Amino acid sequence: MAEEKRIRRVLIGKPGLDGHDRGAKVIARALRDSGFEVIYTGIRRTPEQIAAAAVQEDVDAVGLSLLSGAHMELFPEVVEHLKQRGAGDIPVIGGGIIPEEDVRALKEKGIRKVFTPGTSIQEIADAFRELEPEGA
Amino acid sequence: MDIEAVISGIGERNSRAIARAISLVEEGNPGAERVLSSLDPPSVEKAMVAGITGAPGAGKSTLTDKLISHCRGLGKRVGVIGVDPSSPLTGGAIHGDRVRMMQHALDEEVVIRSMATRGRLGGLCASAGAAARIMAASGCDPVIIETVGVGQSEMDIIRIADVTALVSAPGLGDDIQALKAGLLEVADLMVVNKADKPGADMLSMELKEAVGDREGRVLETVASKGEGIAELFRAITDVFGKNVNSGERDRRRCEARRAEVVDWSLEMLRPHLQRMAQGEEVLSGDPRNRARAIVQSLLPPEDR
Repeated sequence: MAEEKRIRRVLIGKPGLDGHDRGAKVIARALRDSGFEVIYTGIRRTPEQIAAAAVQEDVDAVGLSLLSGAHMELFPEVVEHLKQRGAGDIPVIGGGIIPEEDVRALKEKGIRKVFTPGTSIQEIADAFRELEPEGA
Repeated sequence: MDIEAVISGIGERNSRAIARAISLVEEGNPGAERVLSSLDPPSVEKAMVAGITGAPGAGKSTLTDKLISHCRGLGKRVGVIGVDPSSPLTGGAIHGDRVRMMQHALDEEVVIRSMATRGRLGGLCASAGAAARIMAASGCDPVIIETVGVGQSEMDIIRIADVTALVSAPGLGDDIQALKAGLLEVADLMVVNKADKPGADMLSMELKEAVGDREGRVLETVASKGEGIAELFRAITDVFGKNVNSGERDRRRCEARRAEVVDWSLEMLRPHLQRMAQGEEVLSGDPRNRARAIVQSLLPPEDR
């Protein structure tokens, strides 16, 4: 199959106790409309559950949505659990209400891209499309 | 992860290896053939593949979730393949079944994989069949295939299953209509889910009438409360056991494998056909005649 026609699989998940899933669902739908296969895992998942599902579904990327403010703890935990499962190459993207000053720190902890309020859907879809696995 | 690691990982029940193997099949990667020919035949033969199908909203995912729990209680390793339609326009798909199954996410003995139709149902049947065998080779028994059961395409997918349960629920309106379309003949068991809701008795009665229920083919469940799940699983394994003894399982598998061979062949031919169609001056002459000429050119002389 030609590389440019390869269908990309992404997992959209919400770690932690935040139940506000509108954003995650909008992103899931937008990615579907951009030709992605989206695995949506619902609200209130632990980082470990999300990592395990990402491995079983063999996704090309994981997108995390969080509005509660716990992103500094929960996003890096997903990256950590992916590594523990031998899937540290799966890139993780984060989005939500994230202060600018946290963005750099998250990137240092292995979050490949961080999107803050106001980012266009198109920009997010493009980011998922352009991601390459770690080390590729 | 290289092919060797994938092959050895399947037998070792490594989640990543199993997942990569299924992706190789889905992507049409040539490495898939080595992986598939390495699968342990006795495990594949032994494993029961159960199909759960039915209208959207009937409760298939919740039922599947509870079947997983029940099987785990029996010490069984379980595989689940959730099939969802791809958008014909963009090729995208949303898989939401996992939302109801996340309680099993950390259980290494539960393998769940979402697959989309990708605009090629024949191809999907072939991929789903291969995915079921990969799971079986990793020790999953049963493997549950869950799919929306409306229309010919989904019925084709369900042929991969050794035993099929058709799930309906009161209040969905048109399920009896859907049944008329022929699923009754394909399904081994009819499940009336949400049996605590008004209208369930009526639905059960209609179904029993429709299938002439003497062998307990119609069952009631309340999946959200876990009611009727043990009985359903027993009924599924009873059908399977009976079919193994009578030779019916092998007959069905034979038929399904034959269909899969045809599906794979068409999948493999598709890029060539597309290339050949491109070269044709398609606006002149009838497309059917063009197709005949292309197919003739591919056939050995004695079959033309």
